[in-house]
Amino acid sequence: MSEYTKHDTSGNSVGLVEKKFVTLADSPNEIVLDSGTRLGPITLAYETLGQLNSDRSNAILITHALSGDSHMAGYYTQEDSKPGWWEIMIGPGKAIDTDQYFVICSNVLGGCMGSTGPSSINPATGRQFGLDFPLITIGDMVKAQKLLLDHLGINQLLSVIGGSIGGMQVLEWSVRYPEMVASAIPLATTTRHSALAIAFNEIGRQAIMADPNWAGGHYYQGKFPDTGLAVARMVGHVTYLSDEAMRIKFGRRLQNKKDLSFNFDGDFQIESYLRYQGNKFVRRFDANSFLYISKAGDYFDLGSKFGDDSDVLALASATARFLVVSFTSDWLYPTYQSKALVKAMKKNGLDVSFCEIKADCGHDAFLLPNPRLSSLVGKFLERIYRERSGRHAL
Amino acid sequence: MRYDLQIIASWIEPGSRVLDLGCGHGDLLNFLKEEKQVSGTGIENSEELAAFCIERGLQVLQGDINEEILDYQDNWFDYVILSQTLQQVYRPDWLLNELLRIGGRVIVSFPNFSHWSIRIQLLLKGYAPKNPQLPFDWYNTPNIRVITIKDFRRFIRKIGCRLEKEVAIDTSSHDLQGKIISFLPNLRATYGIFLVSRTD
Repeated sequence: MSEYTKHDTSGNSVGLVEKKFVTLADSPNEIVLDSGTRLGPITLAYETLGQLNSDRSNAILITHALSGDSHMAGYYTQEDSKPGWWEIMIGPGKAIDTDQYFVICSNVLGGCMGSTGPSSINPATGRQFGLDFPLITIGDMVKAQKLLLDHLGINQLLSVIGGSIGGMQVLEWSVRYPEMVASAIPLATTTRHSALAIAFNEIGRQAIMADPNWAGGHYYQGKFPDTGLAVARMVGHVTYLSDEAMRIKFGRRLQNKKDLSFNFDGDFQIESYLRYQGNKFVRRFDANSFLYISKAGDYFDLGSKFGDDSDVLALASATARFLVVSFTSDWLYPTYQSKALVKAMKKNGLDVSFCEIKADCGHDAFLLPNPRLSSLVGKFLERIYRERSGRHAL
Repeated sequence: MRYDLQIIASWIEPGSRVLDLGCGHGDLLNFLKEEKQVSGTGIENSEELAAFCIERGLQVLQGDINEEILDYQDNWFDYVILSQTLQQVYRPDWLLNELLRIGGRVIVSFPNFSHWSIRIQLLLKGYAPKNPQLPFDWYNTPNIRVITIKDFRRFIRKIGCRLEKEVAIDTSSHDLQGKIISFLPNLRATYGIFLVSRTD
């Protein structure tokens, strides 16, 4: 996912928010990772918006993508230049209405925005984990989120919502803890990465690991592998856009010059843009977390993990109502993958709605202002909330 | 709600499971959900209409009916509805057999091409006929199938399914109102509505 967070032009925001931390999975109740390794205690950074209602039936979990964090909306201070990453979607009167719902988002396990990850201190050594941090999966991220919800006393989710790798967590939630999930909104996602998606992730990882500063992952006392991480981010950005979006936004236009320079300084606006995005990313993101989270995305395979290689069998345990959304120009998680997901849901007789939204901005479309997406998510949630309130009334 | 949809709705038993193919704005599904506690699914090819339906609280999938129906288990639905869409279908015989597979009962409605106004246009003017039910020119019409009520009766005999109900209606004055035509329906009705089921 890219960073598109801008001030909401409606001027409507949830306002000031606070990042909180909780430490869970203390010994001897460590988290048992999918790899079999035990990990604990773990810290999770999380933020909540809105109020939990008296019967605890209005909680929504937001799951973030590769480079996201717990800061889904609002501002930490009055001086912040940018709000949280899904400001356009979450806030008072917005699609995910903080006047109505209690909205939770935590930084994923393996991340670098406050939750335990490779840049955290390893209690065994007193130094950062680096590559001693165990490999984590989408399932492990979800298990950690479950612990957080237990801690908050929430055992029912009105919805789990996320795009991209966040969408994978949504799917994992719907089959791992089906009894907790009333509805699920996987956006621009898939039950398994294509070879194309794995390929781009691997180029990113190789760029990081080829940087001499990476030093086998133990770089925290020295120079950071900024060049490698910046290249990884550049590759990522290309996959989040689309041919059409790049043609419209950049074309072959030159950056601050009239003629080609006949050297490698960078002539084209697209080069300048990617360099800018790469350099900006290294200031806030840990290279090892990029390795771990991208790998978790590549490992995710709903059918192989839960269904004997069949998405249909994997979804047999799901009971949520689903809203699946894809975008026409998304070539990283193309519509055919969402359609395959919907097909597996239909074969299980699940309540699923699907819409392919026409958008020229590629995979990033789920993060950009899109009236149709906002309206679909908002009205779908209203329906689920209404149906569940009705059921409670009976 | 359109008059033909009112008739179709009256045929649906409360609490049943319904698939509406080409559900448009979802008027029928919404009515069935609110008034008959039906568990309904819609399929609609247009992004705009599919989104409209989802936003009004219906369960709807954007997609091509010819592909979407393949994913359902045998007998999953109590009723499958194909209203005013058959005339746009490329393989009607294949489609009807598939619909009979996934639903116990199939309801089909279509504009009657042998209505007197159409016959007169063709006879006297010699141009491909147009009327309020079939308003397109030959070169831009989505209605690639020319169906008459008599044709459809012969068609279901050939397919080998059971005709359970048949109603012919005249909606020539208004889409939302109409009347049932019992006398000379193939000449006087603008639409035919059929309820068929599998013989096995």
